[in-house]
Amino acid sequence: MTFVQNLTFFVLAAFVGYEIITKIPTNLHTPLMSGANAISGITLIGSVVVAGSGSTTLATALGFLAVVMATVNVVGGYLVTNSMLEQFRSGDDRRGRD
Amino acid sequence: MAAILGGLPAPALAFVYLVAGVLFIQGLRDMTHPRTAPRGNLISAGGMALAVGVTVLVTDILSPILLFAGLLVGGAVGVWLATTVETTEMPQLVGLFNGFGGGASALVAGAELIDMFGTGSFQIGVTATAALAGIIGSVTFWGSVVAAGKLHGVVDDSAVRYSGEQAVKALFLIAAVLAGAHLVTRPNLLGAVPLAGWVPSYWVLVAAASILGVLLVVPIGGADMPVVIALLNSYSGLAAATTGFVLDNSVLIIAGTLVGASGLILTVIMCESMNRSLANVFFGGLGETSESDEEMEDIYEGNITTTSPEEVEMTLDVADRVVIVPGYGMAVAQAQHAVAELAELLEGEGVDVEFGIHPVAGRMPGHMNVLLAEADVPYEKLRDLEEINPTFSQTDVVIVIGANDVVNPSANDAGSGPLAGMPVLNVGEARTVIVNKRSLSPGFSGVPNPLFAQDNTNMLFGDGKEMMQELVNIYKENH
Repeated sequence: MTFVQNLTFFVLAAFVGYEIITKIPTNLHTPLMSGANAISGITLIGSVVVAGSGSTTLATALGFLAVVMATVNVVGGYLVTNSMLEQFRSGDDRRGRD
Repeated sequence: MAAILGGLPAPALAFVYLVAGVLFIQGLRDMTHPRTAPRGNLISAGGMALAVGVTVLVTDILSPILLFAGLLVGGAVGVWLATTVETTEMPQLVGLFNGFGGGASALVAGAELIDMFGTGSFQIGVTATAALAGIIGSVTFWGSVVAAGKLHGVVDDSAVRYSGEQAVKALFLIAAVLAGAHLVTRPNLLGAVPLAGWVPSYWVLVAAASILGVLLVVPIGGADMPVVIALLNSYSGLAAATTGFVLDNSVLIIAGTLVGASGLILTVIMCESMNRSLANVFFGGLGETSESDEEMEDIYEGNITTTSPEEVEMTLDVADRVVIVPGYGMAVAQAQHAVAELAELLEGEGVDVEFGIHPVAGRMPGHMNVLLAEADVPYEKLRDLEEINPTFSQTDVVIVIGANDVVNPSANDAGSGPLAGMPVLNVGEARTVIVNKRSLSPGFSGVPNPLFAQDNTNMLFGDGKEMMQELVNIYKENH
């Protein structure tokens, strides 16, 4: 793929992101940040590629470290977001539960 | 492993990445309502599992044991951190996770460079984006570590300012950029002279950017942390996106950019809520106390009315509408459960109770909302600044708990104080204001709060949790 194609993804994703995120209410800003944070762990894909294909020991070691860090980010991020979101309840839910 | 899907053609892989990208976007779309948000998080996690899973399957993995060991260790640490965290420690954990993502991006770019230089081919597009990923990733990692340290109380959370501060930061930024320039130009200019196998100029860049990351966050005080955390969140996304450019990977670019946009929007919202520019948060001198102690005494002298939980209970007894305004002090005292119980008791007696939440109350965007959600306060009760401000004039009692600057009326006066122009909650318009605080000490801005001296304000001095609990007990006895 060319640089320009990649740039196309970047620019379009930026607009999509802007449109969606501005609609998210302040109530959910912490879960949003935490959830977005988990998504940024997508760098795990890059880590897997370099850890798997590293031609030198150093590259493999760096890849391994990157896999560990990115996995912590992904797994921890989604779990924390989930437990946060579980706590958001409306008055109706609460009455239903009582 | 590679044998399973090893023959998967590039278009098929790109298609799977597209599906993952769509799942991330749908996941974020579901975040627009608390009811759909948990589903959104699952969809997003599904996208992640799909993208990572297919990558593991199609990549020619030379050392699968090492890879799975890495996934296992990282997964175990992630589960452990996420399940053992206290709600009060949430901001620093989110900050720390953030840093890990950024750090991983910087390492990936480094490893990819080593691989590429090993093969003897130098693509300027790759070296340039790798340099960018290295700088952003390293700043994100170290900045997040310092921010998490400040939030956790292991690093001094006051605004540490020193002379020549901006020059020192500029120096390390220049060093990082120069190392990056060397990385990009040298193989091309002097193609015959390869760099050492471990690409030293990249690691010089990482070292300089790491120090820069530390220096950027150390001077920022606790109350500005929502801005810092949001900005670092944006950076971790940008680091992933630039890594996507390095590796020519579409889903990295899409997902990273979504996160970058999200963090940036939150950053802008936080800055606007303080009426300060991003540059001012990072380089400005807030925290230099502009008013002397004597001036503070002048304002408060003889004008402070103190109250007791018993008196507050009597005031609440005749109230029809009560608004509770929480601040960081509520988080520190862990008073959210007592506050929620009080709100529920009042509602049980037919009182209309709402919560007024300032966007920068707390240490991360939406901090108060999460704490109150944890204490089972329904989200319909949580009102933001624009919604709650017009209602204060029809409110009988406002209870301010552990908030200061965000309810300081001097922000509304035309002037040049540190708070001038900051949107605040105009609680003083209510019939009675109860302020629960430990003392009269100023907030982060360092300016005195004329609200405390107002005729309709009563100060309830003491620990937030104790006072609210006492109030709850007295209220229960009398009803």
